[in-house]
Amino acid sequence: MSDLRDRIRETIEQEPVVAFIKGTHEQVYCGNSDRALQALRGVGAGFTTVDVLVDPRIREELSALSSWPTIPQVFVKGELVGGADIVQELATTGQLEATLEERLGETWRRPGEERTVSVSDGPGLHVLPGT
Amino acid sequence: MSERLESLLRTAFPHARELAVLDRTGGGDHFHVTVVDGRFSGLPLVDQHRLVYDALADPLADGTIHELRITTRGDG
Repeated sequence: MSDLRDRIRETIEQEPVVAFIKGTHEQVYCGNSDRALQALRGVGAGFTTVDVLVDPRIREELSALSSWPTIPQVFVKGELVGGADIVQELATTGQLEATLEERLGETWRRPGEERTVSVSDGPGLHVLPGT
Repeated sequence: MSERLESLLRTAFPHARELAVLDRTGGGDHFHVTVVDGRFSGLPLVDQHRLVYDALADPLADGTIHELRITTRGDG
């Protein structure tokens, strides 16, 4: 069990809504990651992102933890909701809001509250400069 | 490559009502698969997609599939 995997697990457990993506909330480098973030924005959710491109081990450890092979991965209150296709479909049918409400109560409505955290160095979470 | 994916999916979902593999870019590594199968009924989407990922575990692991979009449905 690696420290990195522990930090990824902590992030999943502590962040109400966290998306592991290619890039950051300000600069996305993958169409699928972007689709997932747009779906979250579309319903007015606040969210935290983790950039898996920072270190290839993040993706390896994340997939080992979640048993989900692809990026992005969106978690709500510690539980995997799905990748881009699922989050987009849930947003279209209204089920994304229902899922957020069910797991987080009213607190999930935080439009524009977006940040990127790092899991790759040292203990705990580090907010990246400029975010 | 589409044929390999379709064959893997047919093996995993022998009773699928609909099964399609689309090579999105023509490059043989960006795919959109669609599976309509009664066994998805009542399952959360995350579990439906896990069954597809399980079926395609080998091409996902060896890098054949660079990007995968999935559409699943439990009813016709």
